[in-house]
Amino acid sequence: MIEQDWIWGFAGGLLIGGAASLYLLVNGRIMGASGIVGGLVDRSGWATAAERLAFIAGLVLVPLVLKLAFFPAATTHLTQNAAVIVAAGLLVGIGTRLANGCTSGHGVCGISRFSLRGIVATVFYLLAGGIAVVLFRHLLGVI
Amino acid sequence: MAFAFLAGAIFGAGLLVSGMTDTAKVQGWLDVFGAWDPTLAFVLGGAILPMAVAWRVAAHRRMAVLGTALPGPPDPRLGHNLVLGSVLFGMGWGLAGLCPGPAMASLGWGGWGGALFLAAMLAGMYAAPAVRARVDRLAAA
Repeated sequence: MIEQDWIWGFAGGLLIGGAASLYLLVNGRIMGASGIVGGLVDRSGWATAAERLAFIAGLVLVPLVLKLAFFPAATTHLTQNAAVIVAAGLLVGIGTRLANGCTSGHGVCGISRFSLRGIVATVFYLLAGGIAVVLFRHLLGVI
Repeated sequence: MAFAFLAGAIFGAGLLVSGMTDTAKVQGWLDVFGAWDPTLAFVLGGAILPMAVAWRVAAHRRMAVLGTALPGPPDPRLGHNLVLGSVLFGMGWGLAGLCPGPAMASLGWGGWGGALFLAAMLAGMYAAPAVRARVDRLAAA
């Protein structure tokens, strides 16, 4: 971590929390990324499809514009191993829908209201993520 | 619609600015036995603070500004799907360094890999109800 990273991290965190606050108080919704898109995929959220699509449009378009305008060096550093990418994507998709939430829904929106489900989910996905990095990076050398 | 777009926009800006769309930073945070990167603790802390205030405000409101109902109290039931799902999600998050929000936020510049991850994630979400039904049958047996 270079010195200013935590300031950018905290500032970005405030924006994420601000967005979640807006979505709760104005729209009356919990801002969970996996739930918003997952409800479109499995049709459980088609009654509120327009709202979900508008959220996703903002989420996809605005960071792209900001990146092009202000952060030209930003990159995802994503692995080039297609098998790893597909396996990871499937795990994230199935896992977040089974658990009914991801980093934003359980982590940000759940912990901030002391939800037991949010706290338990966050403990397990952090532990599993840490174990995955140790296993696949340090022991197997895949990532 | 406009406010949902705005919320998605601010969320995406926060994900970009904070470093959540950089898989090297995310995996650095999860890599406690390597060169550990504590940045994500500041991201999560920064996000929880305003949201904790928002929940307190919501507790004193009957409905949201647009007239929709506010979410009810949190579900206290844990269950096997919460734990199993979170473990699977964490494994995928660690493998690639992307969770659902940043996967969508970085779609515009994530190249073929980012698009492939998102496609696989959507396929997983499509398969999830069938997986859940199978897990529930196994748990009941």
